[in-house]
Amino acid sequence: MSATGLGASVKRTEDIRFITGKGRYVDDINRPGQAHAYFLRSQHAHATINAIDFAEAAGSPGVVAIFTGQDIAADKVGGLICGWMIHSKDGSPMKAGAHPALAQGKVRYVGDAVAVVIADSYAKARDAAEKINVDYGVLPAVTDLKKAVGAANIHEAAPDNTCYNWHLGDKAATDAAFAKAAHVTKLDLVNNRLIPNAMEPRAAVGDYDSGTDTMTLYTTSQNPHVARLVLSAFIGLAPEHKLRVVAPDVGGGFGSKIFIYAEETICAWAAKKIDRPVKWTADRSEAFLSDAHGRDHATHAELAMDAQGKVTGVRVHTLANMGSYLSTFASSVPTYLYAPLLSGQYNIPAIYAEVDAIYTTTAPVDAYRGAGRPEATFVIERLMELAARETGRDPAEFRRQNFVTTFPHQTPVIMAYDVGDYAGALDKALIHADYKGVAARKAASAAKGKLRGVGFSAFIEACGIAPSAAVGSLGAGVGLWESAEVRVNPIGTVEILTGSHSHGQGHETTFAQLVSDRLGIPLENVAIVHGDTDKVQMGMGTYGSRSGAVGMSAISKALDKVVAKAKKVAGHVLEASEHDIEFKDGKFTVKGTDKAIDFGSVALQAYIAHKFNGQELEPGLKESAFWDPTNFTFPAGVHICEVEIDPETGIVNVERYTAVDDFGKLINPMIVHGQVHGGIAQGIGQALMEGAQYNSDGQLLTASYMDYCMPRADSVPSFNVDTIETVCPSNPLGIKGCGEAGAIASPPAVINAITDALGHEDIAMPATPAAVWKAAQKRPMKHAAE
Amino acid sequence: MVQVSMTVNGKAVSAHVEPRTLLVQFIREHLRLTGTHVGCDTSQCGACVVHIDGKAVKSCTTLAASCEGAQITTIEGLAHGGKLHPMQQAFQDNHGLQCGYCTPGMIMTAVDMVNRKGHQLDEATIRHELEGNICRCTGYHNIVKSVAQGAREMGGAK
Ligand code: FES
Ligand code: FES
Repeated sequence: MSATGLGASVKRTEDIRFITGKGRYVDDINRPGQAHAYFLRSQHAHATINAIDFAEAAGSPGVVAIFTGQDIAADKVGGLICGWMIHSKDGSPMKAGAHPALAQGKVRYVGDAVAVVIADSYAKARDAAEKINVDYGVLPAVTDLKKAVGAANIHEAAPDNTCYNWHLGDKAATDAAFAKAAHVTKLDLVNNRLIPNAMEPRAAVGDYDSGTDTMTLYTTSQNPHVARLVLSAFIGLAPEHKLRVVAPDVGGGFGSKIFIYAEETICAWAAKKIDRPVKWTADRSEAFLSDAHGRDHATHAELAMDAQGKVTGVRVHTLANMGSYLSTFASSVPTYLYAPLLSGQYNIPAIYAEVDAIYTTTAPVDAYRGAGRPEATFVIERLMELAARETGRDPAEFRRQNFVTTFPHQTPVIMAYDVGDYAGALDKALIHADYKGVAARKAASAAKGKLRGVGFSAFIEACGIAPSAAVGSLGAGVGLWESAEVRVNPIGTVEILTGSHSHGQGHETTFAQLVSDRLGIPLENVAIVHGDTDKVQMGMGTYGSRSGAVGMSAISKALDKVVAKAKKVAGHVLEASEHDIEFKDGKFTVKGTDKAIDFGSVALQAYIAHKFNGQELEPGLKESAFWDPTNFTFPAGVHICEVEIDPETGIVNVERYTAVDDFGKLINPMIVHGQVHGGIAQGIGQALMEGAQYNSDGQLLTASYMDYCMPRADSVPSFNVDTIETVCPSNPLGIKGCGEAGAIASPPAVINAITDALGHEDIAMPATPAAVWKAAQKRPMKHAAE
Repeated sequence: MVQVSMTVNGKAVSAHVEPRTLLVQFIREHLRLTGTHVGCDTSQCGACVVHIDGKAVKSCTTLAASCEGAQITTIEGLAHGGKLHPMQQAFQDNHGLQCGYCTPGMIMTAVDMVNRKGHQLDEATIRHELEGNICRCTGYHNIVKSVAQGAREMGGAK
């Protein structure tokens, strides 16, 4: 392994601009003559709009224009769509109500955009918006998932506020497994609603060039090409060749910047309307209200086992809160990103899941780091832990007994696991976590009047969110391949154009490592170009831990083509058959001779084109590739959390956190570990402190950092992170993906640890000090009394 | 409109601004120094931290007009003579950043922390002192390591 090649913890090259304040985020972009947009948002969760009076606002200083839903309707601006079709059990298609970018006739959540004020400055736009008078006819709000069916109808198109009643698996076989079970474990679980909170708020600058009739949108997007496709083909702002979408440096996404939102759409549309650039940057309060939220499931789950401790069936019924509108990929999250993972790492013969997707008058809910897979992992890992406890089994050994051990393994819920070593990860995690020492540490805590507990989470996820044909058969509206182009310059430097997008993942370094490794050129000779639809032809973007497994595989495929072409050129230069040319460490040699030429010289020869016949071999050195994998990838691992609870205060201290993950081949272990750290912290946030709360009127009570508790440096420990490796067979690099694992695995590990410490199961996420204090008073303190 | 004059990264600057202009707006929009970020509207995330007369301050909660005559340092003013400040270098060395959005504020806070607390900072101190800086990407693990290294190297240790 070279110092910069595959597997090396190379320091990130992109860091230099970020640590010196030279990053270029959307809000750092200013276009000449730009105006600023302020969105007037509904304060009501559910209301008809009877009239909007903006006469006084229009005369306010600096105001350029005010637009409402009527204006976008008149311009035939299409509604915001959901790109994944789900069918209900009865075969009927999901019921998606219309979602105009500015409300038309009705508002459906607090924060729904009602009008946009465009003015010379943001402050003037906001001042003017205060003068707009909206006459609302207030309707009943419904925020409680369990009360939404039968409550006031939110979308005419969706009776009973139900989007779909979906199911997966063999009901009869599963019911039969339960009928024969020696033991059944039952749990009611809430997967709390989260607000993503990438530190950079969403932002957009729309810019229209009337001379060329082209529109440019600078936006905080994880997938600028998908944004262009939707804005063009569905919303109808401009044809694709007249629409450029640029996502420059983006300050974190976690899913929330996948989606096509109202504000970005309006900035692009309005820029053309007023023939002036239009800029908008969300403030944090707006982000809380209007970014797509995550999770929000209520689940009843059951696990059946035989007398020997073999799990024989899992049965799940989930209510999934979609919020008020169906966001871009929302329908896929509680269905195909969820139920197919309910088999966990286990060989379970029968699984049946029912999911009811319900509308409420709350912000739309869509993919958030892990998207469906954390919800599935929470269900199966809480069930496994409780089943072990109820039957007096060691939670580690009970898991081991049920692990899938032969591959490929077809689960009863779609997925075909390709490769893994679940026991290998468990063994390593048990050592790192000093599992043998737990009893002594529990006793030591008890002696201080504290409660100590240990919780496991053996997670699996399906990543890459491809192959295209497979996701197409499940309802996806797009293919989920990735593209790459390798442009070799005449002096041998290389530009890689990728459809993946980096918003913290370090692609400029890891992708360059692959190129450096393959072409034998130094890292500094490689530039990674992404995030601009004018430069990169097409791409599907970054989410679902897909940039390594799918994005880099496309680069690898294009590099193969470059090397093949370069060998032909080298053959001509070295006067040998291309079949006798070998390429290694940046040098082309003729087999068995000392004739050699380096990569840069071959590149030059390819462009000079003197040594070969241009009719037989095309000049130049530039290749592109699209990569569509043959399967999802299946990262998996074992996380062990150890907590100490102070029953006097309810404060939970995460004392140790151990993660042993199998991500397949690692390109840059430093970056992989960083991804895991961040994911674990988000999962600990979900388990202990984060939770979006609406009151019964539909007001978001947790709409700032004063009310929504984010993990701070002193709320998490340092983590003990390690990996094992089984090589992924479905892509040329053997990569599985690592971006979501931490957030998927950690919530059940933390809650299993807390319930172990408490000696009972009666605690929900987030396990805040108040909730834990109450729970600690409630029952005899098992461990303390031991 | 009010007149404000101050020194930013060693350069004298002055402008007429609306009285309600925040220091962060002045820095970002008037001076076009966009390394200082805005991550919240309740003075909690720390993305906006700059040094005013050598002390870390949240520029989102400071009026530009209140900085009359002050010496301001932003993230752009930390490196000298083409050489990174040891705290900047420590963040790169330890992978203390991912998306980079919180990073300028983290680094400015960390430098101030070292100025107040010295060069040998234990993990608990660093975590406690970072209370006012939120990072969503890193889980803080590598930020803590970065600050510890930066602190040592600001003291001349290698
Ligand atoms: S922007 Fe100043 S603390 Fe968040
Ligand atoms: S690096 Fe992204 S918020 Fe800290």
